[in-house]
Amino acid sequence: MTITVFVPRDSTALALGAESVAAAIVSEAARRGLDVNVVRNGSRGLFWLEPLVEVASPQGRIAFGPVTAADVASLFEAEFLTKPTHALCLGPTEEIPYLKQQQRLTFARVGIIDPLSIDDYLAHEGYLGLKAALSLTPAQIVQIVTDSGLRGRGGAAFPTGIKWKTVLGAAGDQKYVVCNADEGDSGTFSDRMVMEDDPFMLIEGMTIAGIGVGADRGYIYVRSEYPHAFAALNDAIATATAQGYLGDNILGSGKAFHLEARKAAGAYVCGEETAMLESLEGKRGIVRAKPPLPAIIGLFGKPTVINNVISLAAVPLILARGAAFYRDCGIGRSRGTLPFQLAGNIRYGGLVEIAFGPTLRQLLYDFGGGTHSGRNIRAVQVGGPLGAYMPESQFDTILDYEAFAAVGAVLGHGGLVVFDDSVDMAKQARYAMEFCALESCGKCTPCRIGSTRGVEVIDRIVAGKERPKQVHLLRDLCDTMLSGSLCAMGGMTPYPVLSALNHFPEDFGIAVEAKAA
Amino acid sequence: MAEASGIETIKAVVEAKKSLPGALLPILHDIQDALGHVPSEAVPVIAAALNLSRAEVHGVISYYHHFRQHPAGHHVLRVCRAEACQSLGSEALADHAKATLGCDFHETTADGSFTLEPAYCLGQCACGPAMLIDDSEVHARLTPEKFDAIVAAKRGAE
Ligand SMILES: Cc1cc2nc3c(=O)[nH]c(=O)nc-3n(C[C@H](O)[C@H](O)[C@H](O)COP(=O)(O)O)c2cc1C
Ligand code: SF4
Ligand code: FES
Repeated sequence: MTITVFVPRDSTALALGAESVAAAIVSEAARRGLDVNVVRNGSRGLFWLEPLVEVASPQGRIAFGPVTAADVASLFEAEFLTKPTHALCLGPTEEIPYLKQQQRLTFARVGIIDPLSIDDYLAHEGYLGLKAALSLTPAQIVQIVTDSGLRGRGGAAFPTGIKWKTVLGAAGDQKYVVCNADEGDSGTFSDRMVMEDDPFMLIEGMTIAGIGVGADRGYIYVRSEYPHAFAALNDAIATATAQGYLGDNILGSGKAFHLEARKAAGAYVCGEETAMLESLEGKRGIVRAKPPLPAIIGLFGKPTVINNVISLAAVPLILARGAAFYRDCGIGRSRGTLPFQLAGNIRYGGLVEIAFGPTLRQLLYDFGGGTHSGRNIRAVQVGGPLGAYMPESQFDTILDYEAFAAVGAVLGHGGLVVFDDSVDMAKQARYAMEFCALESCGKCTPCRIGSTRGVEVIDRIVAGKERPKQVHLLRDLCDTMLSGSLCAMGGMTPYPVLSALNHFPEDFGIAVEAKAA
Repeated sequence: MAEASGIETIKAVVEAKKSLPGALLPILHDIQDALGHVPSEAVPVIAAALNLSRAEVHGVISYYHHFRQHPAGHHVLRVCRAEACQSLGSEALADHAKATLGCDFHETTADGSFTLEPAYCLGQCACGPAMLIDDSEVHARLTPEKFDAIVAAKRGAE
């Protein structure tokens, strides 16, 4: 009897040696004359357990991890294909609390299927959303997305349905759907996982978006740091095209949608949607002034829907199961789920998809298990390099866009970067300014020049030169950046800087008594 | 890469891609993937094919961190220095890399084996510090020892 063994092909698993583990399993099985079929699945997102090897059994999949190539002989020695006795055995995968306590909607298939198998995709609810969409009018599709309460997952949390409605209503015979897969924020990898581990879901979501707004062409702008994601997308696009899910006549409906993945070139600011359009057009990624909105005048001057990977990936399920299904999870105006990413100095780093509503603390401790180093958590940067550093006193903030905004923080793309008590927050503030200087597109002075000044001012504060005056200067500088920047690059760099200064003044050499100053 | 075939490669890439909408980045990527960098000879060829000025093409090449105008070493090591990796000691790792390779970021080792580049997140943030080699091979949970072993293996394979 053939036994199926799963070894992830997700790039984090590969980065931790999954390729040699897979090779070792194949050769060890051959040596022992065992009939083993190795499937390369995506990652379950339990990254501290990667490479996580799973064995298919009548009771479901049994997990072993983290497995190195050197462990493989002993796994076979312990008859891991049939017995859950090896020291690395974690029991049934689905029973691992970290996974069991999640609410995986967007990530329902991730880690389970072979990402490049469209048959696997179809066998797991794949393309039901598109099939539903094909029986609806564009206006109905847009209404369902609006009713689901889905908000953009790329950072700004703008309601997706409203954006689509603008594009649907815009005049023009050529429209585009552009997927923002630039995922430049440190601490985030959910876009990457979707592309590597379930690419058909993104393709399906974009196809539905195309039909919904009347666009027959789409682009996925993938960062160059993601070679595996880029390759997986190209493979999946070719398969979907060959099988009639993309092309001139989607599933015989007479509707067309063509999709192409384009590689970015290492500029963080090209994640900003208008800079991304410039880049796709073959220009320097300089931010455009808004208005006009890209929904009206976007790619090549045409009406364009721009959405993040996770926003588009949520769409197939919303169409397949209905708006209410999605809207019924969440809290306040934050509906549905968010795939949080636990990153940095965290014990159990990985992907945690849950409905909005629990607290940051629950993510950090109940899922994350505290720091990797074993020291105390001192600060958490949420929402990428433009997000605030949150101190312990804010850990009870509810995971909800508005609740984060109320404490001067941002939920953004849902990435959490944890720092232990050895962190120097003045250094982190300096890095935020340095990063802004490095990545500024140069269009506005506060961002371009202010960030370089910011680095110098922080250096002087730390060196203790005219400290009160320099702190004042830093605050002024941040005010200017906040109000005088065209986009969030310059406009939000003050978030990490000021949050570090306000919550951790002692790291800047400022007496704690003066904290409120 | 063979110098003589450079201009032929450039022409072939330009010919294959020039009619794509927004063809410039795809062309630059293909040239760099084939030749290791975007040589200055490419600029007039691209400019002519896309109906752009040389200054415009050059402006795009120099704007993006990914494109290099000069040859790199045999292997390009991109060490992540973004926040999540910082929280796990990437700065010390980068210092170690610089010291053992004897070169700074954006520089190539004296023997031409390695070019060291900074990266700003490689999507491996749950398992930092991370590094990307030759835009294809990802490594996570790096330590100085692991870094040395990887570099030694690359040297040995040459
Ligand atoms: C400097 C900067 C970088 C950004 N990077 C990204 C990114 O990598 N991915 C992304 O989806 N959105 C990014 N955004 C937000 C986009 O401009 C835009 O809001 C988003 O792609 C819209 O999609 P959504 O509504 O589905 O979130 C960035 C914004 C700024 C200002
Ligand atoms: S804020 Fe910075 S990145 Fe944004 S448009 Fe202005 S200069 Fe460019
Ligand atoms: S911050 Fe280094 S991989 Fe994301």
